[in-house]
Amino acid sequence: MADLKTRIGSLELENPVLTASGTFGYGLEYQDYMDITKLGGIIVKGTTLMPRQGNPYPRMAEVHMGMLNAVGLQNKGVDYFVNSIYPAIRNIDTNMIVNVSGSSIADYVETASRINELEDIPAIELNISCPNVKQGGMAFGVNPASAAQVVEAVRKAYSKTLIVKLSPNVTDITEIARAVEGAGADSVSLINTLLGMAINAETRRPVLSTVTGGMSGPAVKPIALRMVWQTAKAVRIPVIGLGGIQCVTDAIEFLLAGARAIEIGTANFVDPAISEKIAAGIGEWLDSHGCRSVDEIVGALEC
Amino acid sequence: MKQSTQTDLVVRSCRMLSERAVLVVMQACSPVPPVRPGQFLQLLLPSCKGTYLRRPYSIHDFDERTGTVSLLVQLVGKGSTAVAGLKEGDVVNALMPLGNGFDLEKPFENALLVAGGVGMAPMYMLGKELRSMGRNFTYLFGARGESQLLRLDAFREIAATAISTQDGSVGETGLVTENSILGKGGFDSIFCCGPTPMMKAVAQYAVKNGLPCQVSLEHHMACGMGACLCCVEDTVEGHVCVCKEGPVFDINKLKWQI
Repeated sequence: MADLKTRIGSLELENPVLTASGTFGYGLEYQDYMDITKLGGIIVKGTTLMPRQGNPYPRMAEVHMGMLNAVGLQNKGVDYFVNSIYPAIRNIDTNMIVNVSGSSIADYVETASRINELEDIPAIELNISCPNVKQGGMAFGVNPASAAQVVEAVRKAYSKTLIVKLSPNVTDITEIARAVEGAGADSVSLINTLLGMAINAETRRPVLSTVTGGMSGPAVKPIALRMVWQTAKAVRIPVIGLGGIQCVTDAIEFLLAGARAIEIGTANFVDPAISEKIAAGIGEWLDSHGCRSVDEIVGALEC
Repeated sequence: MKQSTQTDLVVRSCRMLSERAVLVVMQACSPVPPVRPGQFLQLLLPSCKGTYLRRPYSIHDFDERTGTVSLLVQLVGKGSTAVAGLKEGDVVNALMPLGNGFDLEKPFENALLVAGGVGMAPMYMLGKELRSMGRNFTYLFGARGESQLLRLDAFREIAATAISTQDGSVGETGLVTENSILGKGGFDSIFCCGPTPMMKAVAQYAVKNGLPCQVSLEHHMACGMGACLCCVEDTVEGHVCVCKEGPVFDINKLKWQI
């Protein structure tokens, strides 16, 4: 059996499969359908300093081979996470990673430093790319200078593995990736959702309460692959690839494009056991292709 | 213990009940955890072109001995049209059961089960459960006309059934909230499922008469298990997922203007 282990900064993953924030709850929701400890890690729902109600319903629209969401970072805040959720998830035998979001640099720093104290959380994913909030979120992630600024500030407050999640809603994602690498990020994950919209022709109204939302699902995979490939060539830190991964072959394609790990997102909604199946399937794929480790195929694209 | 499972379902029969409603009976291929009335399933329809997500449908009936699940589905879009196209022997995939269902713990002696249109779907299993619990109850169904009243004979076998139609084709003419049964029933609890305006009117009646009332909501969902936070309803506890905290809510929890 091929060696599935991979590394993101100082974070050791048993296999390269993570679940994407906002698509897997806190992991517990999926326990009826799969063994969540078979994953390389679980990236839990975006957490902010203060509780957030999120956007009004409707927040979701199905589109061809995917969906739009406009959840708007609904969560009960970092205090609730620390006091009520962390005790329930800290002993899950896989890497539990917290996605951190904010509307100001001070928010990001405070939330990250609270999470830094949690012994069983080995990494955070800094979300500078949420398209569904009015302040902060993506605003930080679409400009190299502001992206670097927030990452630099969080880096000082957070000592463990710092992953920065990038927005695809930019002209050149490699520019942002290089900026956050320079500011001390241990890894970048990409892509967050693509800004889109849906209209109901009968009512002449937008489907989402926020008019626009973030698009995900298999329809975005070619864009995500392209951006992962470009970014992996542009930075030295490990890249985590996500965007429309549905099956083992999709995951392998991201690894070939240069991703050292991958995240499964929207596909969790269609098959709640898909992440475990893909983790097992990557091993089988490597074996059947004569590869001894994941490392052998990371960035092994021939072109 | 598992609350929910992923299982394939084999279609045993699929029958149009009207131009816009279908009754599908399917057999689970693996054991299903206990199902309570008002719970739903998330159906994946491989044959359905142009859709990506699962579709939530209320569980109309479930026989735990045989693993037979029935759905009463209204044809509204691509997903439900694909359901109507299912043939005997077809295999679909389901996550089930999901949600909380009706709360039957609270004491009541004489319940009124109100439904409009395809809101009749969960009322069949609820009626069977109440009957096995030895509770008194009456159905009250509302529809525009006769063709929107589904499986009336089956419902009538379970309990006395009052009907209101807007065109007067069956039962009394008017809305469910105008039905004469309300005046003479002596009801002490209401369970309701149907279009939102109807449920709000019933909730209003319940509040005015000091009756406890539970309503079953229908929101667009992605995951069905409280992970994606797409199907939220605004409640006294803030935004909560209809899939996980509902789909059945006590009206006192909702922020409806009633």
